[in-house]
Amino acid sequence: MEASRHWRLKQERYTLMGEICPHCKEKIFPPRDFCPACGEDARNLFQFSGRGEVYSFTTVYQAPAGYEENAPYTIALVRLEEGPMLTAQLTDMGDETVEIGMPVEMVTRRLRSDGERGMLVYGYKFRPQLARAISA
Amino acid sequence: MIAMEKKKKALSDIIIVGIGMTPVGEHWGKSIRELALDAITAARSDAAGLKPQAIFVANMLAPYLSGQTQLAALLADFAGLRGIEAVTLEAAGASGGIALRQAYLALASGLVDTALVVGVEKVTDRSSAELEAALSTASDADHEAVHGITSTAQAAILMRRYIYENNMPADALAYFSINAHTNAVTNPNAMYRRAIQIEDYTHASMVSEPVNMFDAAPIADGAAALFLVRDDGSPNMLPHPRVRIAASAAISTAVALHDRTDPLELYTSAESSKLTLQQAGLKHDDIDLFELHDQYSVYAALSLEAVGFAERGQGWRLALDGAISRSGRIPICTFGGSKARGDTGGATGVYQLAEATLQLQGRAGENQIANAKIAMVQCLGGTGATAATHILELVDGS
Repeated sequence: MEASRHWRLKQERYTLMGEICPHCKEKIFPPRDFCPACGEDARNLFQFSGRGEVYSFTTVYQAPAGYEENAPYTIALVRLEEGPMLTAQLTDMGDETVEIGMPVEMVTRRLRSDGERGMLVYGYKFRPQLARAISA
Repeated sequence: MIAMEKKKKALSDIIIVGIGMTPVGEHWGKSIRELALDAITAARSDAAGLKPQAIFVANMLAPYLSGQTQLAALLADFAGLRGIEAVTLEAAGASGGIALRQAYLALASGLVDTALVVGVEKVTDRSSAELEAALSTASDADHEAVHGITSTAQAAILMRRYIYENNMPADALAYFSINAHTNAVTNPNAMYRRAIQIEDYTHASMVSEPVNMFDAAPIADGAAALFLVRDDGSPNMLPHPRVRIAASAAISTAVALHDRTDPLELYTSAESSKLTLQQAGLKHDDIDLFELHDQYSVYAALSLEAVGFAERGQGWRLALDGAISRSGRIPICTFGGSKARGDTGGATGVYQLAEATLQLQGRAGENQIANAKIAMVQCLGGTGATAATHILELVDGS
């Protein structure tokens, strides 16, 4: 079930809470306590905006166990506007064609399910930036 | 003088005296222990029946797919070696190189005189969804795998970005696959002994765009083994020309692909190969063949760049112009690589090392690289969080 494992990560999964290094000001996601840039202690929380752009992407057809019902799905590396990159699925694409550099924003969605009686895991996915989509 | 004596002793040659490999494929009739036994038996027989004091097992997936930990103890016992030191090493696709590294350190320390390195993987007992889930454990579980990423998807993300940044033709990576298939035709252990043409590549079905069927190596069952001894300097009766480990290095970095400053830069490949060249006092020109990580074709291009055989963004050109062929400037995947010999997860590195050994001993048959004396062998874990690089060298006059 791993309920506690996912519960521990709720802040980063649901709200994109990361950290900022008090020494070199590097913004860090996911939070990790040692700054990957300067190696110093970094425990100050930092709220990411949830906006970013697609670094690269692909579509998964042959999904791992726990993800089959969503397949095929698009998965990307997203560069957050504050600097760090993360791995996430793209969602709510509508008629839009994904491309490198596409502006996207974070939403909360179901990540996986473990059968009818199993646990549902929620977390961040990314969709085309809404403001941009409306003005277009 | 005493210091020099000590140094000389510590650096006495570690020799690969025997190798064994099973064919890579779908071995429905064989369990993980039976596959490993075949390779162990072959390597011991190749090493004139020597007995190892320790066994180092490279494996990635047995805990997930075979429900087995303590694999090394299990294999030692099953191979009639009950009582010896046995340890399992896991670093995803780099497990084989990491296991050789540990055997090398044990032998170089002087505490172990003879050792077996065994790589084994058994993947065909499970469904493809179970296998994909097991393979995705090579990524960061909390920040990559939970989002449904697969090793194929990660390669596709890299390949799309590589094509985008370098403005190259869509089929530019085809020649890695064509080269691998050409070399596998004469390898009796290869899974796909069939040459392919450019049309096969351009018409291949997509696996995860832009990765097509011929960019992705098939994963299958297999086992390979190396028998190692520390050379005590006395004239010996070793059955084959002596191949020594001239250099050994292992490097790690962030497991998550998104945590790398530049995902297209294989940091561990670059740093570990640089260390081995320094240790051996060699230059790129001295390397006669390079067995690299080609689980997906984009990794072959990125590895050639990281190690320094090509400029950034130019690795694909070495495939296009034939430099990677058996008669080229820097032959790679000389027995078919993961693409055509078949990928065996944590055992792949041991296959690469066994194949390079055959090349240096002049026992590569139709796959022989003429006058091969020095080989670089590199395996990567996942998207390259771990790299293990070795340089093997034919000992003069052996």
